[in-house]
Amino acid sequence: MGKKNKTKVAEKETEIMGSLKKLGTQMYNQLDSGVFPSINMPSRSTENINYDPHLRQYILGGKTVTRSARNIRHVKPFTQLAWAALFSNELTFHRKTSTLRDVYYSAQAYNMTFKNQQESNNIITDLETVTGHAREEFHIFPEERSAVFGDLTIEYTVPGYEGKTLNLSAHPDGVLIGPALTTSKFTNTSADKIIAIEKGGLFTRFIEENVHTKHKSILVLTSGQAPRQTRYFLRRLSDELKIPVYIFTDGDPWGMHIAMVIISGSANAAHLRNLNTPDAKWSGVWASDIVKYKLPSDPLDEVDIKRLRELQKDPRYQEDPLWQKEIKIFLKIKRKAELEAYARYGLTYIVDKYLPTKLK
Amino acid sequence: MAQSSFQEISASDFFYRNRDIAGFTNPSRAIFAAIRELVENSLDAAESLKIPPDIYVRLSPEGKEDINEFSPEGKEDINEQVFRLRVEDNGSGIQPRFIPSAFGQVLYGSKYKLKQMRGTFGLGGKMAVLYGQIMTHKPATIISSTGQAKIYSFKLMIDIQRNRPIIMDRKVSINKEKWRGTIVEFAIEGDYLRARPKILEYFKQTAMVNPYANLTFVDPKGRLYRFTRATMEMPEPPKETLPHPYGVDVELLQRLIYVTKQKNLLEFLKNHFHRVGDITAKKFLIFSGLVNSVCKKHNKLSPQEIGWDNGQLNCSKCKKEAKLSPILCKKYTKLSPEEIKSKDGQLYCATKCKKEADLGYLKNPKKLSHEEIVILMQNLKKFKEFRPPDASCLSPLGQDLLKAGIMKELKPEYIVVNQRKPSTYAGHPFIIEIGIAYGGEIPKRNSFKIYRFANKIPLLYDEASDVSYKVINAINWRRYKVSPDMPIAIMVHICSTKVPYKTVGKEFISDRPEVRREVANALREISRNIRHFMSKREHVNLERKRISIFAKYLPRIAEFSTSLAGKKERPDIKKLIASVRKYGKKE
Repeated sequence: MGKKNKTKVAEKETEIMGSLKKLGTQMYNQLDSGVFPSINMPSRSTENINYDPHLRQYILGGKTVTRSARNIRHVKPFTQLAWAALFSNELTFHRKTSTLRDVYYSAQAYNMTFKNQQESNNIITDLETVTGHAREEFHIFPEERSAVFGDLTIEYTVPGYEGKTLNLSAHPDGVLIGPALTTSKFTNTSADKIIAIEKGGLFTRFIEENVHTKHKSILVLTSGQAPRQTRYFLRRLSDELKIPVYIFTDGDPWGMHIAMVIISGSANAAHLRNLNTPDAKWSGVWASDIVKYKLPSDPLDEVDIKRLRELQKDPRYQEDPLWQKEIKIFLKIKRKAELEAYARYGLTYIVDKYLPTKLK
Repeated sequence: MAQSSFQEISASDFFYRNRDIAGFTNPSRAIFAAIRELVENSLDAAESLKIPPDIYVRLSPEGKEDINEFSPEGKEDINEQVFRLRVEDNGSGIQPRFIPSAFGQVLYGSKYKLKQMRGTFGLGGKMAVLYGQIMTHKPATIISSTGQAKIYSFKLMIDIQRNRPIIMDRKVSINKEKWRGTIVEFAIEGDYLRARPKILEYFKQTAMVNPYANLTFVDPKGRLYRFTRATMEMPEPPKETLPHPYGVDVELLQRLIYVTKQKNLLEFLKNHFHRVGDITAKKFLIFSGLVNSVCKKHNKLSPQEIGWDNGQLNCSKCKKEAKLSPILCKKYTKLSPEEIKSKDGQLYCATKCKKEADLGYLKNPKKLSHEEIVILMQNLKKFKEFRPPDASCLSPLGQDLLKAGIMKELKPEYIVVNQRKPSTYAGHPFIIEIGIAYGGEIPKRNSFKIYRFANKIPLLYDEASDVSYKVINAINWRRYKVSPDMPIAIMVHICSTKVPYKTVGKEFISDRPEVRREVANALREISRNIRHFMSKREHVNLERKRISIFAKYLPRIAEFSTSLAGKKERPDIKKLIASVRKYGKKE
């Protein structure tokens, strides 16, 4: 199994490097034939971002933009893109990883300066759009903050750890979802579900209360809005282990949307695939739970209500009647509650009573 | 009453007591003023013959004991010293009989005519000599020749109380080399060290506004400053002109009446005023109520009923020629032609009082009463139909010379000049000439460098009070893509028969609406050129920047794509960069 995996990873990397080389060759040939190099890529402007009900995520439409070195305003970003491609190629070739921050600073070593972090981030997004690969595939990762815990044995593929395995229940704080983990192979698990949790406090509580054994689950901490890597990891868990994903967030529009982005992706990543888990379920806290469990709650403020009205119209919220129903209840009761609100019924209530109901 | 005594003082005595009003305020100002007055006289003397001026100025130290002897106060300030000032020119020279008065009698001079000249009061040269005399008690030496057979040399002092020259020595020598010009030399006490910056600035700016002059200055340390002419071209010398009616006052009227040979008002007006012809004079006389116009049929005509076809006074009703009527009987003020009889060349009121009638336009100006002169003067100012003065009495530099002068002294990158059409204030014609220079050797400062000139002399003091300063600072320069931190110099030159100085010291131009308007319009016009230049420059800069961006990034793209594509040789991008350049030229 390990060998097969290795080949797969190598294949992936060959593909990535191939697409980067293709890009470089295109530029080279254009220059060599005395033409200003230019690149066509899908436009990421809002009017070109459409919701695809079939894929259940945002995708980019048919509009394309041309980035040409002929254009005085494009020549600098074009050069930065060429550099980013070269840098990614080197990362992939040497199987090293880097963060977005790292990219920003590394550029200076090549005498390629970016005005700020945002500018370099944009160039990386351009590279994703041009090649159709997520930056994680080029070994560029964001700073990590999300974690996973549960009975899942993985096998590393990163250099120096190839073939080594780890059970994700080995460390009670959970294991950081970083590049080594997302590129690893899932070898064995006893879990029959995945529980994604918005908040670190509850994640720890679930581990303490042995939710992973009581409910045979893998626990994933998203730490607020799930990072792309975590979303990619959840998608892999869902696809490869073929077990359901349940998402628990605060009972407010923001928590609701954290679940939605895991399920249907974000507009910002419309140029990428496999970052969403369409079959995942939002399991709470629902607006109706606030009523049903008489949870201690706070009034919705203006921003919350404005956000709810936006979400009401969002195409992603038209899929499942659950969403519209819960939005209506939120607007009706004008209250919100946090996951921790269950503590009013005692520390273990959420695990012993609430969770089983929700996981049915 | 018994204690106070009244005494008349002479003009020279007056200026001796009030020397600061002529610019001789303090030791540093005095030395500057002396040089300036003499240089300006020399320039005028050369220009009157349309000869490119060659002026040599030398300031050399006199012996130290002189200070102790003549000005013991001088010890307190070691900077104050007695110098010998010598100014030589190649001007017209002065006829020997005028030399003593020209340099030894205050307010005596050649400058009481109406034409553009540098000096206006006939005061400067004498003040210099006077100041030198009172501080050092040494005679001045004047050597001059008009280019004829002889050279005259005078040693002069001024009898201050009587305002008379005292001739200490007079020599005549043979002018073998046909030399023409004037040399003035005298001792003067002053503070050169402090005056030096202004003196040098004065020479530089004088050279700027007189680009056809050679100026040489040797300072007390023996340093030579030479300002070489850039051209032999000279502006047309000004013509003398009559006073314009708008510019006269009672005093001038009385003087004109005193000297006139004309026997009646009509001829008086036509012969003593600038641009007053037959029709204008008649119109004015009717306007002023001094005469009536009468038609044979319709008798007296109101001004509206008078036609002026073909230069003839006529009746607008019957279209026939009308006449000016002398109407003024002392008793019955309005007489019809039939009521007037003449006898012995005199007109009489025939029917009513039999007395001499006042002769209206035929009146002899010498017989105007003081009240009538005042009325005449007031009407001269009120009458709207006098034609504006022409500018033949002015001698502006002209655009080419202005440009040459600025190029010569400032060496700018870009220059634009403008000469306005003649205009007038209070009956005095004036012309504004203006220039804006950018870049080159003009230094960057936090404000525009303003050069002010009046009748080709630089104005160095009181800049902030000058009308040009106000106008320049009132303009919204951003509209012309100009900001004060740019290396920009602005030249404003006003030529006039009477420069509207605010003070006797000739330091700045007063804020008269007519002058302000002309300066503002002149500035606006050339500012448009400056804006055009700035946009072009901006464009060139942008283009340069554009090319540099391509030149910076294209090689990098080549570098990155070469290693990314796994190639060994970089693509040749020279052509691409060159194409950007070509494109840039086309634009």
